[in-house]
Amino acid sequence: MRLHLLALLAKEPAHGYELKLALEQVFGEAYPSPNIGQIYVTLKRLEQDGLVRSQDVEQTTRPNKRVYELTPAGQEALRAWVEEPSEGPRVRDEFFTKLILAPMAGLADRMELINSQRRHYLGIMRSLTGLATASERADAPARLLIEGAILHLQADLDWLERCQEELV
Amino acid sequence: MTRSTPKGSPAAGALLRTRGLAKVYRSDGVAVEAVRGVDIEVGIGEFVAIMGPSGSGKSTLLHVLGGLEPATRGEIWLRGQRVDQLSMAAWAILRRRHVGFVFQFFNLLSNMTVADNVELPALLAGASPRQARKRREELLGELGLAAKANAAPARLSGGEQQRVALARALANEPSLLLADEPTGNLDSSNTRDVLRLLQRTHAGGQAILLVTHDARVASLADRVINLFDGMVADDAPVVRIPRPVPSVRDILELRG
Repeated sequence: MRLHLLALLAKEPAHGYELKLALEQVFGEAYPSPNIGQIYVTLKRLEQDGLVRSQDVEQTTRPNKRVYELTPAGQEALRAWVEEPSEGPRVRDEFFTKLILAPMAGLADRMELINSQRRHYLGIMRSLTGLATASERADAPARLLIEGAILHLQADLDWLERCQEELV
Repeated sequence: MTRSTPKGSPAAGALLRTRGLAKVYRSDGVAVEAVRGVDIEVGIGEFVAIMGPSGSGKSTLLHVLGGLEPATRGEIWLRGQRVDQLSMAAWAILRRRHVGFVFQFFNLLSNMTVADNVELPALLAGASPRQARKRREELLGELGLAAKANAAPARLSGGEQQRVALARALANEPSLLLADEPTGNLDSSNTRDVLRLLQRTHAGGQAILLVTHDARVASLADRVINLFDGMVADDAPVVRIPRPVPSVRDILELRG
């Protein structure tokens, strides 16, 4: 969450609760519900690392609030994050090692492993298609996130088919 | 033809059942066994998907089940009647009444309007022009195509053409809808439309047997059969995971 908060602070200084609201507003349903405690802890750590600085702002009817802003080091960290290509999804290596090793250990048949993995993926796919139907009117980030998950899962299933062709 | 049902004949509730079904092609004197002893069953109102790598015999199986190609060995039972030995002509009549077919490339008649494409099966099955027209209006209305009734199929998008193909396949209220990669040639949003229609048709009690690569389509089925090398490698119900239904937020967490 560190870099997500830095990105929001690059737009304008804000206090913790404003950042929570901004995350909810930008991502809609697509973001794991931001916990306010976690946001405060993250801000404190960012400040210790010199990426943000803060000052108390007096309020007349309420307790003071602490407003955070980006430091030059924070700007730099944010730019490095944005510029660097993100890792692609990794192969489901746990299943793959199982597929290769379990038959050697005499523990399972490859066809059985592939079948049970396919059933599992199809079950997840059913949840995702249900979610896609329920989210037809949702914001673009939420819809795109679901579509991304569906496409990744389709690729996992296609790859399972390749394993079946080559290894069984 | 025998009237008695032999032992091991379709269980009550089975709409379609095969036993030891095989299909062998011969090319240049070489026998290629595309389907090698398949036992499957589709219950009344059940939605079953067939998956499997290319060349696993999926489409061949579907074509044999729909009587588009003769079986080489084995039995096919449809609605308690053995049908694998029917002549092509007898199959054509049976298909008109009881089996709807949807293909990957729509296969609409290009020189007829959308309306005529959908009315034709009913007319062939002996419906009056009025009945055929009424049914066509119902179907096109349900599928959101009423405004396209007088268009030529070529004027429609791929998704619309596939919806028309679905309307045509459902025109005679078949006992079984067979579909071969119905979304194989569609983009994402058209696929969504066809998925929704299949789901709705199934919810209305329509039995469906379809071949697909698309896991979204397969995941909607009650059961998925995996075909491998012409044989059934797996046959299992689709169970929603995780329970309860996830929210959109869970996806980012799921994939870290």
